[in-house]
Amino acid sequence: MPMQTNLQAADTIDHVHEGVIYSPFHRRTSAKNINQQWSVWNGYASTKYYADAHLEYFSTRNTCGVFDVSPMRKYRIKGPDAEAMLNRMVTRDVTSQAVDTVAYNIWCTDAGKLIDDGTLFRVSEDDFWLCAADPNFDWLQLSAVGFPNLEITDISEDLASLALQGPTSCALLKAMGFSGIENATPFSIMRFPFGAGEITISRTGYTGDLGYELWVDPADAELLWDQLFSVGQVYGIQPLGEDSLEMARIEAGFLAPDVDFHGSLHTVDRGHDHSPLELALGWIINFKKGHFSGRAALAKEKAAGKHRRLIKLDIEGNKPAENSILYCDKGCKKTIGYVTSAMWSPVVKANIAYGLVEGQYADGPIWAEIYHQKELRWVRKLAQCTRVTKPFWAPERARQTPPSDC
Amino acid sequence: MKSKYDAIVIGAGHNGLTNAAYLAKSGLDVLVVEKNDYIGGAAVSRELHEGWLYSNCSYVCSLLRQSIHRDLNLTRHGLMIVPYSGTTNFSLNGNYIAEYGDHDMQYREIKRHSLRDADAIHRYETDLMRYAKLIRHFLLRTPADPTSFKPRDLGEMMFMAKKFAGMGEEQVYEFMRFMTMSAGDFLDEYFENDLVKALYSTSSIIGTALGVYSPGTAYVLLHHVMGDVDGAVGAWGLARGGMGAISNALAGALKEHDGEILTEAPVAQIIVKKGCAKGVALEDGREINADIVVSNLDPKRTFTNIMDAADIPSDLRKKAENFKIRGSSGKVNIALTGKPDFPSLPADHKLRNGSFQFLDSMERMERAYDDWKHGRWSDDPFIEMTQSSVWDPTLASPGHYFVSCFIQYCPAEVEGGWTPDKRDAFGKTVIDQICNYSPNFRDHIAHMEVRTPFEIENEIGLTEGNIFQGELTIDQLMFNRPFPGYSQYRGPVKGMYMCGSGTHPGGGVSSACGANSAREILMDLKRPNVVPEDDVDE
Repeated sequence: MPMQTNLQAADTIDHVHEGVIYSPFHRRTSAKNINQQWSVWNGYASTKYYADAHLEYFSTRNTCGVFDVSPMRKYRIKGPDAEAMLNRMVTRDVTSQAVDTVAYNIWCTDAGKLIDDGTLFRVSEDDFWLCAADPNFDWLQLSAVGFPNLEITDISEDLASLALQGPTSCALLKAMGFSGIENATPFSIMRFPFGAGEITISRTGYTGDLGYELWVDPADAELLWDQLFSVGQVYGIQPLGEDSLEMARIEAGFLAPDVDFHGSLHTVDRGHDHSPLELALGWIINFKKGHFSGRAALAKEKAAGKHRRLIKLDIEGNKPAENSILYCDKGCKKTIGYVTSAMWSPVVKANIAYGLVEGQYADGPIWAEIYHQKELRWVRKLAQCTRVTKPFWAPERARQTPPSDC
Repeated sequence: MKSKYDAIVIGAGHNGLTNAAYLAKSGLDVLVVEKNDYIGGAAVSRELHEGWLYSNCSYVCSLLRQSIHRDLNLTRHGLMIVPYSGTTNFSLNGNYIAEYGDHDMQYREIKRHSLRDADAIHRYETDLMRYAKLIRHFLLRTPADPTSFKPRDLGEMMFMAKKFAGMGEEQVYEFMRFMTMSAGDFLDEYFENDLVKALYSTSSIIGTALGVYSPGTAYVLLHHVMGDVDGAVGAWGLARGGMGAISNALAGALKEHDGEILTEAPVAQIIVKKGCAKGVALEDGREINADIVVSNLDPKRTFTNIMDAADIPSDLRKKAENFKIRGSSGKVNIALTGKPDFPSLPADHKLRNGSFQFLDSMERMERAYDDWKHGRWSDDPFIEMTQSSVWDPTLASPGHYFVSCFIQYCPAEVEGGWTPDKRDAFGKTVIDQICNYSPNFRDHIAHMEVRTPFEIENEIGLTEGNIFQGELTIDQLMFNRPFPGYSQYRGPVKGMYMCGSGTHPGGGVSSACGANSAREILMDLKRPNVVPEDDVDE
């Protein structure tokens, strides 16, 4: 006989919600998203732009803008082994990271290929938050093998978070009553009473400008949004969608997963993933700290020096080099790589891009094959590229404490 | 019917028809002989109850080579492969795990059962996709003979070596492990939740007389995800009009090139004279001549039934007798007057249109296998129930439904032999299992067809009712399929060939075996190749 069943009724089962899910700010963001321009990020409805992408983008450079980062995946790693476990997992030295600071981090496979990047918050000696654009719980568990004295929890749903970015962001937070925020140094964390509990403010962001990320209990999400927009009116506050943020992050020189790099654990074909050295992330690989995942492979690759290179390009003309193939000659005889991100930068008035090229061609001439439309008609052009070593946009105020406008 | 053809293909299953279509396309005079009064073999649609079209053997399609579909103009001959979606796998308490096409919904669905597994699914799918992409290079190619120094075999070995090495050193090791592993061990390396593992384990034992923890079943799992629907690797579709639409379209292509089909013409023997195939002798005494004879029957039947032992090497006869082609699956096809109700799913939920399985854990599957080992059908059988007519309006009239149930395990032989009573008792076990989850299912049944391996063997001609024409274990794959030394579709006598699923790349409605075999035949005849390459995207 088949085994005996004991069926639950449909209404007692936690069926998965069909379609997009909503962030704690959804009632507020959807009210402002007047054209219903949505994309989906980790299953959440995420605004592409609210009313005017160009205007919203400029708020990050001119006033301040707010982006809902709640769909980010957030994990808490807590316990006596947390520091040692994370130190083996990521490429930077976690043992030297001070409490109440944040560090941009990457983690690799043993083959030295990049899995993902994210920000590591040290909230106390043995308590860390790791924030990343994509899920990483499985890798955290695999990385914790041999470290029994810690607990890893997904706190993604426990925190509502907003990025407040732009030159007036510090002044706005001060006006909201978070006095002393002007003394927060880049990558530091401060806490203030807020709503029924507490707000955590980190001086972090994805725009390369002065900016903060605000973390609250989801129950206080709408309160935070409302206060920002009422006090922020005189500080030129704007809501930011993904389109604006994407522009700001390219100007700032930040990488986007699944755009500029393909995570190693999701890569089917050899060579389609990347080492952090290729992605110009050598500056956060600490070879002195002892063993970490990927160390041996990365040391070998660094010594050989033959890896591909992600480089910043300033391209002649004003047509963005989106999806372009890169060549070392105008005759397009030799393909040397491709463009990963490209845009016309409104703030620096330049045609900028990131190109991933074979190492030996990184310092030579580079030509981009650009396809663009003139009233629907497709036109091909070859544009000369100039390699740039500094971020396209890096204002002084992003590093000053207190910031100049505050 | 003429008395002489250039080539005779025995068996109008989909591979036989594919083979014949290509031979005809090349300009040969071709005849397909079929024992039944209908064509299609196990890719067949028949009106077994008035108003219901039964796709009663194979029931879903993923492996059919797109380049053959395109090359033979099968769409013009009436074929359309349509996608369907949503598998719900119930546990005993009515809760379930479902498969969704949407990436984010799938994540949240698995997360209901295990957060870690929701994350690990991406790593699992990436690794499986890597192996699928590798195997897909070889589907429309003849396996290389690794012992041969012929330029062509050396070239094929190089091709294979290149594809392997292309995965990278570490992945070569991983792939070798994978090929010899059990699906259970493979899944245990990624997942922690029993229900999640159960969901992904089911394709590892379909049609296979092994348990989820038997070595080699990881490959069977891969065999079920290496197909595609419009480039979505791993996806499955339905042939509009049932699987018979595939055979009918292939027959259309054959006729377009002036090929002929003779039904109700069971073959008694392949005629061999002086070491050369000379035609076939039908059971009714008629003889038809041809210098090319292609068997689409399984290797065991081919070399033990329709070839005289005196005509073939004794070691081949022994290999054929030892060929692993054990029956382990049954089918119950059901005409329903109402849509099955699954009270654990909300009314109008999308999943109600999909397929259903009833498996809590791999352990339950292993126990179902234990019954088979003891010569009994599983007391607690694994069932995959596909509601084909929800997606294909041609199978039943509006408001009526056709569902196809695939059952694992059911032995080819039971104590005292199969009888109609035992067959019906097997069918009752299956309906009881469904009713456990859909209590009023029985009330909707207008007609049903129960098929044990005994029925499948007798109707379709597959030895022991084995759906793959021989098990997909590593000892019977690639250059060992069906036997070492016979993997390049050539039989032991000149002019005799094989083209069934018993040859590379194995079972499933792929048309690849028939096409590969046709390419070899044309090569021997020194005729230009008309068989397309696979359209595997690099």
